[in-house]
Amino acid sequence: MFAAYTTIGAIAGSLILSIWAVISVNGTADHMLTNVSYQWLSIGDTTIYIGVMMDSLASIMVVTVSTISLLVQIYSIGYMKGDGGFIRYFAFMSLFTGSMLGLVMANNLLFMFLFWEGVGLCSYLLIGFWFHKPSAARAAMKAFMVTRLGDFGFLVAVILLYVKTGTFNISELHQLALAGVLSGSTLTWAAIGVFSGAIGKSGQFPLHTWLPDAMEGPTPVSALIHAATMVTAGVFLVARMFPVFASSETAITVVAAIGGFTAIFAASMGLVATDVKRVLAYSTISQLGYMMLGLGAVGMGYATGHLDEHHALGLGVAVGVFHLFTHAFFKALLFLGSGSASHATGTFDMRKMGGLRKVQPWTYATFVIGSLSLAGIWPLAGFYSKEGILHEAFEFAPVLFVLAMITVFMTAFYMFRAVFMTFHGEYRGGDESGHSHLHESPKVMIIPLVVLAAFAVFAGWLPVGNFLGSHHDYSFFSHLFSGLFVDPSWMAWVSIMLGVSGIGLAYAIYGKKVLSAQAIGRKMGPLHKLLVRKYFFDEMYEKYFLMRFLINGVFAVTQWVDTHIVDGAVNGVATVSLAGGKIMRRLETGQLQVYGLAIFIGVLVIIACLFIFS
Amino acid sequence: MSVGLEHFLILSAVLFAIGLYGALAKKNAVVILMCIEIMLNAVNIAMVAFAHYVDVISGQVFTIFIMVVAAAEVAVGLALIISIFRRKKTLDAEKFDILKW
Repeated sequence: MFAAYTTIGAIAGSLILSIWAVISVNGTADHMLTNVSYQWLSIGDTTIYIGVMMDSLASIMVVTVSTISLLVQIYSIGYMKGDGGFIRYFAFMSLFTGSMLGLVMANNLLFMFLFWEGVGLCSYLLIGFWFHKPSAARAAMKAFMVTRLGDFGFLVAVILLYVKTGTFNISELHQLALAGVLSGSTLTWAAIGVFSGAIGKSGQFPLHTWLPDAMEGPTPVSALIHAATMVTAGVFLVARMFPVFASSETAITVVAAIGGFTAIFAASMGLVATDVKRVLAYSTISQLGYMMLGLGAVGMGYATGHLDEHHALGLGVAVGVFHLFTHAFFKALLFLGSGSASHATGTFDMRKMGGLRKVQPWTYATFVIGSLSLAGIWPLAGFYSKEGILHEAFEFAPVLFVLAMITVFMTAFYMFRAVFMTFHGEYRGGDESGHSHLHESPKVMIIPLVVLAAFAVFAGWLPVGNFLGSHHDYSFFSHLFSGLFVDPSWMAWVSIMLGVSGIGLAYAIYGKKVLSAQAIGRKMGPLHKLLVRKYFFDEMYEKYFLMRFLINGVFAVTQWVDTHIVDGAVNGVATVSLAGGKIMRRLETGQLQVYGLAIFIGVLVIIACLFIFS
Repeated sequence: MSVGLEHFLILSAVLFAIGLYGALAKKNAVVILMCIEIMLNAVNIAMVAFAHYVDVISGQVFTIFIMVVAAAEVAVGLALIISIFRRKKTLDAEKFDILKW
């Protein structure tokens, strides 16, 4: 218990400091509280700095991270009670949060990369927290490996930027990109490289496969990963480097396209998942896709000249990060809620749950609030942030806007499918192992849920966009007096209608059971199978990428090189010197007089040399 | 004909050469030891001769030192030879070949 109180005390302290930071940043004219660098290493003429930047983006991130982390850790006291790794758990959680806080405050890319890897490491440790379960160990390894692929691109991009510009400093890179000093293919490739890191961390297509498997860790870990620490790092990175991205039309189009596609792609898999945590995982991937789309759409507006620098830079970050901010609360809420449901039933399989509404009224109420918020129902938080993204996509990326609108419908459907399957109808038995004593979770778990539910309602009302330097704010308070919705208001109506009809369809199928899910599944045969099997991405990666390409290709070649060339060189040197020694030792006769003669001849030779060469 | 420095040096060189030959070519360990003594004393003669002709006393003092050390060395050398003889029952230097691989 001491471990838990220590880390919770520490994180509460950082929450207070974070709020202080937001207030201080808000008080400064340019929303930049501090941006200092200290010398870290000096190698020859190269000096590497570490530094902290506290601007509006960083301060919003630290508040989000520390709030979520605090609530998740409080919840964990109840959830992890009696677990053998209780202390280890809290230690890892703190390290995780600490890495993320460092990441968002870093003012240069190399320093950020350090924390970036720290976050990756902690996700590995926590996903594999129950490492005695082979599936957990495997999922941890998968998460680490898949994100590593993206990180490689990030590292290459950081090095490329350094070679071309001589700096790791983010503000300097912004200025170089905006001034056009950094441009052309260098900029494009560097931005795409950085984005590949974001793809890996944020689980965007095509590196999304690790995130659903990451459910093997304890549920609060999933909440933390999905809401605050791990996956938001990718979106944060794009937001942080936004001027660099927006200066390259190709790169920012890639960001928007990947984001928009991932949003609908992941949502479609969420439609059929039967594990409630997996539904939430696909939902996270999908929502992260939205954030990328929001950033990308505004960036495209800037790159194509529709927006000037003055408006675009603040707006892009505001749109993306506003959704990140609201999403963090309701997604953490939903994960913790699913954990609470599983705490009673012993399973995450929605087919074995049902009827929990009566025994877990608090969990049910908060879960529904989270789902409504995620589905984008007015006036909950998710509505406002999603509106921002939809508006910008409508303006600058119409094709992706259509995808995003379809995703709104799918989001509402799969979330309420989860609600109805988990909390409505009859209880379907839970886990077979006899963990069937249904009960509401303890207070220590319910209170964080209630707090998060409050945020899930109100987070969208805060003028985060203005704070992040945008002239256009999508939050509730900002257009309270100018009308219910931002212009064009039909869009808000359409998205609410889509959301409501998604909920209605879910109710029809899983609530009232007017329509049979099985019948629809059968009718959609191949499509249903495609979704259930997750578009065969796991199989494809395993069979073609892992087996054919890596194991039989790259690894086979490298193994041959290792055994024959590297080991061959080592063994060859050893064999040659051994053979040489065998020959040379014949000279050692043991005859003292022979040695004496050799010395005498040697002296003669030296003397002769002295005479000849002097 | 007066006796000069070069005569002493020639004597010294001849003695040294004889000693070297004996040390490298003779079979008997005692003879080898004696030959080493001859070489030492050849050097002593050169040293005393130089000391006389350069007119410094330290050369002669040093010679005394060398003779003292040589006496000690002979004592140790003979002790070693006796010890080896007890073990090997021979004084043939070619049989003393355990210092090889």
